[in-house]
Amino acid sequence: MREIPSDMPTLNSGEKTSEPETSWMRLKEFWSYFRENKGAVVGLGVVVFVILLAIFADVVAPHSPIEQYRDHFLRPPAWQDGGSWQFFLGTDAVGRDMLSRLIHGTRYSLFIGCIVVSISLVSGISLGLTAGYFGGWIDTIIMRVMDVILSYPSLLLALVLVAILGPSLINAMIAIAIVLQPHYVRLTRAQVISESSRDYVTASRVAGAGTLRLMFITLLPNCMAPLIVQATLSFSTAILDAAALGFLGMGAQPPTPEWGTLLADAREFISSAWWVVTFPGLAILITVLSFNLMGDGMRDALDPKLKRS
Amino acid sequence: MIRFLLARIGLLIPTFIGVSIIAFSFIRLIPGDPIEVLAGERGVSPERHAELMAQFGYDRPLWEQYFEFLSNLLHGDLGSSIVTRQPVIDEFLTLFPATLELSAMAILFAVIIGLPAGVIAGVKRGSVFDHTVMTTALVGYSMPIFWLGLLMIILFSSILGWTPVSGRISFLYYFEPVTGFMLIDSYLSGQEGAFRSALSHLVLPTIALGTIPMAVIARQTRSAMLEVLGEDYVRTARAKGLPPYRVIAIHALRNALIPVVTTIGLQVGVLLAGAILTETIFSWPGIGKWMVDSIFRRDYTSVQGGLMMIAAIIMVVNLIVDLLYGLINPRIRHTR
Repeated sequence: MREIPSDMPTLNSGEKTSEPETSWMRLKEFWSYFRENKGAVVGLGVVVFVILLAIFADVVAPHSPIEQYRDHFLRPPAWQDGGSWQFFLGTDAVGRDMLSRLIHGTRYSLFIGCIVVSISLVSGISLGLTAGYFGGWIDTIIMRVMDVILSYPSLLLALVLVAILGPSLINAMIAIAIVLQPHYVRLTRAQVISESSRDYVTASRVAGAGTLRLMFITLLPNCMAPLIVQATLSFSTAILDAAALGFLGMGAQPPTPEWGTLLADAREFISSAWWVVTFPGLAILITVLSFNLMGDGMRDALDPKLKRS
Repeated sequence: MIRFLLARIGLLIPTFIGVSIIAFSFIRLIPGDPIEVLAGERGVSPERHAELMAQFGYDRPLWEQYFEFLSNLLHGDLGSSIVTRQPVIDEFLTLFPATLELSAMAILFAVIIGLPAGVIAGVKRGSVFDHTVMTTALVGYSMPIFWLGLLMIILFSSILGWTPVSGRISFLYYFEPVTGFMLIDSYLSGQEGAFRSALSHLVLPTIALGTIPMAVIARQTRSAMLEVLGEDYVRTARAKGLPPYRVIAIHALRNALIPVVTTIGLQVGVLLAGAILTETIFSWPGIGKWMVDSIFRRDYTSVQGGLMMIAAIIMVVNLIVDLLYGLINPRIRHTR
């Protein structure tokens, strides 16, 4: 793939290419840029690994995440004195295998990220595009509602919702999605406003493009770069906020092996059992970091202005 | 500019009403009613229940209750705490300086490190410095700060013994609060070692709270710089033979700052959310910890008042951000 990009056909060249061929070319082009960023490829690798762990958690994990081994309370990791290979990363205060709990925790983090980002991205883009394109009273109403939501810190609103609805992962995810959405709306709207005055938009309008075409085909692709950055960042925000709620005892409830909840249980062992505190946080950090690395690579590969400079 | 200012302030009114409706609804959405919460486990007889409902005005139509809530709000009355019976506004104002002090230090830490790092990384794209800054920023952004706080306590407090674990100042010192800001008060008190003690208590919470905003600011600044440096007017400025620092500082940075200012403004919400975690871990007596405690104690009037006050603070900051946005980007100001 090293001979790319000079002999790639440009997407808007007058020749008609069939639809699947074009998207295949785009994907190929995207990948050729994406693979140049080593961090992004590493991130992608870890993300794929985490996804596989989540899918095959039952097969991979050496123990059940909730089984308590009564003879093995707070057993240190295998390489420390007193550790055993039976429990590679040690056990927690009630004798559950840390490694198995961490592996099963991947399911929760991925689930949280997917749901939260999907909800907030779709609704955020639609609202932002509408507000920025039409302006006037539509813009005013949308932005005022967003201001009301933005007036509460995500974690606080989530906490309050939990107080109303009772602690659960689902309620926390809904709250986090609602509070993340205004960031997309604001970003999209700001991009749309600054892009609308560009010549290519005017040209497109003069050439007779309709409202929907202008919004979704002319404007949106040129507004996507910061949105993709934001989407990856909020994938991590979603995982982090949900973990924070778990940590405060208001998210996923024990014995669910959600990483934040694991940390909440670990607080009292801060000076006696370092592994109970360190590993869940490390799992959150690595997963979130990988998503961010991957997102950065996607941004570099997708932004036409940055990638050719 | 004055018209722009008035228009922006005018826009705050519907937001304020929206926020007050949410705070008002909260206490009425919790399962059971406020009187049952007040009575707790003991419960109340139906007659006493009705009496109390009337006493607190919960039996009147909702719109009537809302307008009374709004009118009290405008007079600075947020009601009294169910648990301590103190006026909510007093409790809030006593605790707020602690959070303000911590947040101010955190955002200062974030901007002082994040902004220059982002600018240099953007200008020297692809350099070792760029890679270092971006890697650090990514790790910082991906950091669960409650975990970072715990690790820092293990390392710096338990193992090395460099910094205290919790609170705002050592118990050895006592003085009447003047400003509510421990750094200033301890300095004013003139007691030897008091300022040092206050400062050492601030270090770990500041780092924990400032880490994410710092990373966000560095990333956003770099990304904005890259975008702007590719523009024609920057090329023109360079072609005119302007010295590089002038091109970067005046032509590029000014335009790159437009999205960055918005980002910094949005960090206030991040800071207040972070304060909830940071204050809980470091037992920092601010409004973040107070809100969490109030939720756990089911002190719903305090939660309602806190929601209102926190939202009001964020609204004011958003207003300032919008005004700055108009100041540094005249195009926005004139197009509306």
